Amino acid sequence: MKKSQIFLNGIIKENPTLVMLIGMCPTIAITTSISNAIGMGACVIFVLFFSNLIISLIRHIVPDEIRIPVFIVVIATLVTITQLILKAYFPSLDASLGEFVALIVVNCIILGRAEAFASKNGPVSSMLDALGMGLGFTLAISVISLIRQFLADVLGLAMFASPVGGFIILGLVIGIFQSVKLLIEKKNELKKKEKEKKEKEVSVNKEAVK
Amino acid sequence: MKDLMIIAFAAFLTENVILGRTWGICPFLGVSKKQSNAIGMGVAVTFVIVITTAVTWALHRYILARFDMEYLQILVFILVIASLVQMIEIFLKKVSPTLYKALGIYLPLITTNCAVLGVANAVIDLGYGFPEMLVFSLFSGLGFLFVMWIFSGLREKVETAPVPEGFKGFPIALIAAAALALIFSRLGGII
Repeated sequence: MKKSQIFLNGIIKENPTLVMLIGMCPTIAITTSISNAIGMGACVIFVLFFSNLIISLIRHIVPDEIRIPVFIVVIATLVTITQLILKAYFPSLDASLGEFVALIVVNCIILGRAEAFASKNGPVSSMLDALGMGLGFTLAISVISLIRQFLADVLGLAMFASPVGGFIILGLVIGIFQSVKLLIEKKNELKKKEKEKKEKEVSVNKEAVK
Repeated sequence: MKDLMIIAFAAFLTENVILGRTWGICPFLGVSKKQSNAIGMGVAVTFVIVITTAVTWALHRYILARFDMEYLQILVFILVIASLVQMIEIFLKKVSPTLYKALGIYLPLITTNCAVLGVANAVIDLGYGFPEMLVFSLFSGLGFLFVMWIFSGLREKVETAPVPEGFKGFPIALIAAAALALIFSRLGGII
């Protein structure tokens, strides 16, 4: 795979939140404001980037049977570092993200990428994959939090600041995303069919001429 | 006694693990397509939450807090959870093969369930003593089981409903979950 393709893969084609549907807990919980979403996205990018890098570097040393515990230790160490940095330099962000900083350890995106990508690919591709996936996650939660914050703060619908609003908006955003994807696929198929038809007609005409 | 009842009620209904705190959404959406699977997952999670929270609580109180090593909390807790889940699996296999058969496939998934680590962390953050910890973890687990049970029944109906193609599966399930969350969030008025 090309390097640019690896990077773009996480943002659109295999977007962790909208297509692969993993890492849902923080998606619903912290998308109450855009600053939370960007803060969470930055934390996930940081952890994912270094966990992918470290795991791809040690992938030949770690025995296959104990790879998952090793991955978990690497990820937990990085999350502890993130938590300490947040507590020291960004206390207000730490307070609003709450326990969800610690829960990055069990975010399926990070362990999933370690298992599916970093344990099989070189460090450069793994770093690009981490950046793509992390940005895909950040973009998706930013869109959701933008909608929720608009509804809750500007229109004054307090329901959208609670988990209820999180469930609804996440459902609607994924649904619309999938509907648009289906529409595009259908259009492409129609175009293909038309092309094939034209080609057939042309070949039939040619045969008739002959 | 009254405090314990309030903790139990909040953990079970108003601050429900799934619908109030939004932990454990992955199994909530992933394993709720069939009611029998959902109940199996719920029982397994309840079991693991109660055992791991008791162990991590004791470890935090008697080792980490005593020797000023609280910064190791995340690392120690996740390792305890991962190894305990593994041990429970081996233990069940040996002692009760029928229970193992029923819960076996769900156990490995529980390590990465936010609800388990979330409850273990929350008990520390809230500064609970032993009885509060036990009640909180038990009712959080039961709350998880309860919501899994209701939602899987709901979802079996939703799956057959005529919805636009793009909304089939996950999106419509999330919207159904929102309706359920709305009901649960209003149950606080009972007290």
